[in-house]
Formats: sequence, C-alpha cells, structure tokens
Amino acid sequence: MLARIFHMLVKEFLQLRRDRYARIRLVVPPLIQMVMFGYAATFEVHSVATVVLDRDNSQESRDLVSRFTANGRFEVIAIAGDEVDLAQLVDRGRATIGIQIRCGFAAQLRKGVTAPVQLIVDGTNSNTALIALGYVNRIATAFASDYASNSVARVAPALLRVIPSVELEERPWYNPGFESRWFFVPGVIGSLMLVITVNLTAFAVVREREIGTLEQVMVSPIRPMEFILGKTLPSFLVGLVEATLITLVGTLWFRVPFRGDPLVLLLGVSLFLTCTLGMGLLISTVCKTQQQAFASSFFIMTPGFTLSGFSFPIASMPLAMQWLTYLNPLRYLLVVLRGTFLKGVGLGVLWPQMLAMAVIGATVLSVSVFRFRKSLD
Amino acid sequence: MNLKRVAAISRKEFLQVRRDPRSLLIALFMPIMLLGLLGYGVRLDAKHVPIYVFDRDGSQDSQALLKRFQASEYFDLARVVDNYGEITAAIDAGRCKLALVVPPDFARRLRDGGGVAVQAIVDATDDNTANLAIGYASAVVGGFSQDVQLDWMRRHGLPDRSATPPLSIEFRTWYNEELESRNFIIPGVVALVMTLVGALLSSLTIAREWERGTMEQLVSTPVTAREIMVGKLIPYFLIGLIDAALCVAVGIGWFQVPFRGTVATLFVATALFLTVVLGIGFMISVAIPNQLGASVIAILVTLLPMNMLSGFAFPIDQMPAPIRAVTYLVWGRYYVTILKAVFLKGSGLRALAGPLFALVVYAAVVGTLATRAFRKTLT
Repeated sequence: MLARIFHMLVKEFLQLRRDRYARIRLVVPPLIQMVMFGYAATFEVHSVATVVLDRDNSQESRDLVSRFTANGRFEVIAIAGDEVDLAQLVDRGRATIGIQIRCGFAAQLRKGVTAPVQLIVDGTNSNTALIALGYVNRIATAFASDYASNSVARVAPALLRVIPSVELEERPWYNPGFESRWFFVPGVIGSLMLVITVNLTAFAVVREREIGTLEQVMVSPIRPMEFILGKTLPSFLVGLVEATLITLVGTLWFRVPFRGDPLVLLLGVSLFLTCTLGMGLLISTVCKTQQQAFASSFFIMTPGFTLSGFSFPIASMPLAMQWLTYLNPLRYLLVVLRGTFLKGVGLGVLWPQMLAMAVIGATVLSVSVFRFRKSLD
Repeated sequence: MNLKRVAAISRKEFLQVRRDPRSLLIALFMPIMLLGLLGYGVRLDAKHVPIYVFDRDGSQDSQALLKRFQASEYFDLARVVDNYGEITAAIDAGRCKLALVVPPDFARRLRDGGGVAVQAIVDATDDNTANLAIGYASAVVGGFSQDVQLDWMRRHGLPDRSATPPLSIEFRTWYNEELESRNFIIPGVVALVMTLVGALLSSLTIAREWERGTMEQLVSTPVTAREIMVGKLIPYFLIGLIDAALCVAVGIGWFQVPFRGTVATLFVATALFLTVVLGIGFMISVAIPNQLGASVIAILVTLLPMNMLSGFAFPIDQMPAPIRAVTYLVWGRYYVTILKAVFLKGSGLRALAGPLFALVVYAAVVGTLATRAFRKTLT
C-alpha cells in the first residue's frame, strides 16, 4: 500500500513540476500577498492631513494649533484664508480635518467663558475619521487641563501643586507599537493556506475527471483510500512548505516576533490542513469541470476570508454572523497564529481552538471521503 | 467594423453564457453575496468592547469612574476581578480587550490633590481595535478628570469663572455623519464586483474557444479581430451594468447608504471602468489559452490590487510612499475614488474630471493593446 501511495506522490509532483501555471500559482501569489499585507494593509493612522483657519491669531490660538503640529499625528498641509478655502480642501479630499478658530477665542478663554473650536471631519473613511477624532480629543483634554491649571496658578499659585487630575496610563500588551503589520502578517499564513490548499486539492481530482484519466485510475489496482491519500498528501506538504516560507519571511524580513512554540503552531497548521483538504475533496465530488471547481472554491473562500477575523473584528459583527464564524476553521487558526506569534501562549490557552479544528476537520474529511468513494464506484 | 457581424458574435456569446448556468450564477449571485458579507461583516469601529475591572480602591470615587465606563456605549463591563492573574489569563485567551486597574489609594490621592494614574491594559494584537479602545477610554477618563478639577476648584473657593470648561470642540462630520463603516465599504463593493465579473468572466472567453477548438472555425469566417473582441465583450458589458445597478440598488435600498450624486456620473464612470476590466480580462485570455491559468492570473492582476491598493478598505494616504506611488497605476483606485465621491459627497462630472480622465486614458490604452494582441495571435 505504501509503495502505491509513494508512486502516486511521485506522479503528482511530476505533474506539478510540468505545469508552468501551477508553479506561478504556488510561488507568486504568496510573495505578492506578503509584500502587500506587510506594506500596504494598514489601519494605522500616522499622519492626518489637517487644514487650519485661525481667525483669532492670538497667543492662545497659536498654542492650540501648535499642539496639533507637535503631536506628530497631524500634518498641517495648509493654512486656509477663509471658510470657503477650508471647505474646499476638505471637499477635494486633500485634508481630512479642518480646524477653525473664530475671532475672540482668546478673549473668551480669558473671560472664563467656554471657547468653541470648530472641527470639520471628512467622515468618508469612517475608521480614519474615528482614530483622528480620538487624537483630537486627547489634545483638547490636555489643552483644557493645562489651561485650567494655568488659571489656578494665576489666582492661587499655592494651590497649583495639589490640583487633582486623573490620567490614563496605557499598557499595550503584545504589540506595543500598535503595528498593523504584526496583526496582518501572521494572518496571511492562514488565508494563503486556505486559498492554495483548497484550490490545489479541488483541481487535482477534477482535472483527472475532466481529462478522463479518472477511469484509468479506477481500473488500476489502487484502492480509493490510497488514491485519496495520494491526491491530498501533496497539498498537505505544499501547505506546510508555504506556511514555513511565510513564517520565515514574516519573522526575518518584517520582524514580526515569534514568541511561542513552533510545535504548537505546527499542530494548529496540520489540523487546519485537514479541514481545507476535506473542503477541496468535497468540491471535487460536486464539480465536473475545472471552471466549476474554481467558481465553487471562490464561493467557499470569500466568506471564509471575510468571516474569520483576518482583518475585520468578529466581535463587531452582528450576532447571526458571529455564530457563522464558529463553523469557519480559519477563525480558529488565526487565534492560534496570533497566539503563538505575538502572545507566546501554548496549548493550555489554545486547546479549544485545536479541538474545534479537529472536530471540523474530521467531519468534513469523512463526509468528503465517503462521498468521493461513492462517486468512484 | 460591421455591426451585423458584431451582433452575431454577441448573440453566440450570450447563448454560451446562458448555457453555462454556473458562470451566470457567479455573475448574478456574487454581488448579493459580497454586499451581504461586507455590508454586515465589516465594522471597524469597535463598540461594546468587553472590559475587565480590577478596582483596588473600592471607594466612592473609583466607583464613580467605573460608572462612566459602564455608561459609555463603547464598553461592556464583562467582569470585576480581584487580582492581576485573572486579567492576564483573560487577555491571553482573548476574553477581554481592555482591563482597567484602579490604584489602591485612588480616592485618597484625589482628595489630597496631584495626579493619579489609572492603568489601562490593552490587548494590542489587533492594533486598530486597541487604538480605538484607548481613544475612547482616554476620553472617558479625560471627562472624569475635568469634572473632578472643576468640582475641586469650586470647593476651594476659586472664582466661578475658572470653574467652567475652557474649551469645547464642535465636531462637524461631513459626508458620513454617523461614521458608519458600511457607508465607506459599500460603494467600494461596486468596484469589487465589477472587477470580479468583468475580469473573471472575460478572461475565460478566448481561452474557452481555444480549449474547445472552436477558435479555428471563428477565424475561418470573414469576421475581423476587432469585431470578435467587441462582439464577445458586449454581453459581459451588459451583465456588468446589470450587476452595478443591482449593487447600487441594494446599497441604497437595503443598507441605506446615502446616494448624493447623479446616476449619470455613476453610469459614465462605470462604463469606463467596465471597458478597462473587460479589456484586461480579454488580454489575459488572449495571452493564456488555459482556463485555470487564466483565472489565476486574472485574480492576481485584477482582484488583488483592487482589494489592497485601491483605497477600498485601506487608506492610501497612510501607505508608505513607494506603495502610494504604485497605487496610481491601479485603475481601481480611480473608480473607487469616484464611487465614494458620487455616493457620499455628491460630486459631479466636473469635480471628478481628474479620475475620470485617468479612466478614459486606461480604457483607450487597454482597448488598443487588446485588439493588437488578439490580431497577432490570430495571424
């Protein structure tokens, strides 16, 4: 039996080597995806393009504006001459935020009347806008607090030392620099393995059927189980090699830390592969042509990708969608990936994810093997 | 170009599409699936972040601060714990994103005066959620701090006028007043669907003829290369337009995304964009006479840049300069800009002249290259 499986493996790899497009498919997408997710995918907001209209032009208003420039998160791209100017810069998308300080700002502050500052935000990209508003809030709070202590200092200098204030001390764990890259790069391993191994397995069998070589296989002495193993093992190996490749590029080139145990990651990746190979086989039992297989795998992969927590947090989805994510093996692998890379946690924490993938993998794989054997007879 | 022959080729292609229900299903079901998935599944704003609290003070003051967190829609108080170990375990397992630790002498130090720090331990694995959560938390703490100060000033008999908050920021959010993720994602989905339908379907048209051996028959008829191309692409152009209309209708009618521009602007941009993606798909089809290979290359060349480099989800102005330079080559970038502007800003043809011009140039170049490449392979 082992000899027959071995011969099939040799045949499969020979076929893979001869197929020019297969090689492109296996090597180019991972590299391109890696570069794009490493460099282009970011929800970080480094610099918010800001336009300022300072009508007051007092010491106080300039102090406020300089807090924006000193913060490093805002980049003042223009000083507006009037409201129309300011509105146009935001309208054309050149500035995300417009700050307008009216005449009498300093006078109001000195009188002890609350001084309004108008802030126009381009909300088109809601996420950028929200993060920018967070930065603005922090600056405004600091300005208000400093101003209050200054006014106390003027009236009652002795009290200044004891004016109370409460601050938030940030302790960001696991990703102290808030780098999107650290979040995305481990995830790329999972999403790429999903795409590559499902496709590979699905096409491997469908192609034999479309070309008509499946009949030859059936008249040979090979048993269905051996045939299935021979078809899925190459995808399994390719999956492992891809995972290793991306892990190396991620840690060596993009400097994403790997804090956990590689063996735990290997276990997670292997369990995940049983799920994707099962899905690929299942597609092969349903489809007659390669184009159908392509369309079907697309219909499985798009939801698999979107509902995994790869880039959009599951906790923010509607409840019905959150339940659906429990059926998605990628959801669990991503927890394992980020857990081993960033958190350095082991099986003590990750066992529920491992168990879930094992259950899903066993179910999908046995259903597909059963259906496949039936379609062979 | 003989219009009769073009129409004949189109009819043949239409019949082929109709006979292949799976492809038709992709074309019609895809928009609905993508809209549903992305319209409901994509929320980047973090509301109801589960927080753990370790109140080492247990005073009235610390309770007052925690009440503010409870009152905020951004946080859900998941659990009150009495040691650090539970916090560590919960963050490791992903049960909580943010944990607040109030120091044991919180109330006393507030009374005596001076600064007090409340610790916010945040799981920064997901940097975006963490960043938003810290922003909300510091707003809550900042508000609390300001009230404590004002109260303190009043009690110390400082003049009333120093007891009003000095600054108030009037936020005016334009174009997407509620800051809904959906409103910026859904217009982009139109571009995503056009890319998929346009490139994937057309990338298989010529490959299919080669694989089935029907190309020789086509070549032996008097029909010219350009007639074949135009005739073959017309059905997909129409399917694309129907899909666009479907997306826009569902986006406005179901997801309540505002539509402030004119249908005419949208139509012009969509027609141009479709010409570009269909042309690209056609070129791939000419270059790679193998269905599987063609579809993979089509994904690589069209879908991936559309997803990552068009500004559809990731803001272009935050990318590093070399990547930002590359985005100017991505045709999807211009269409996404137009879609978002037409939907949310209501911009017209004049305001969008720049990106529209870029699409015109692309359409012309792609159209010319595609005909030339096709003519070459035929001879």
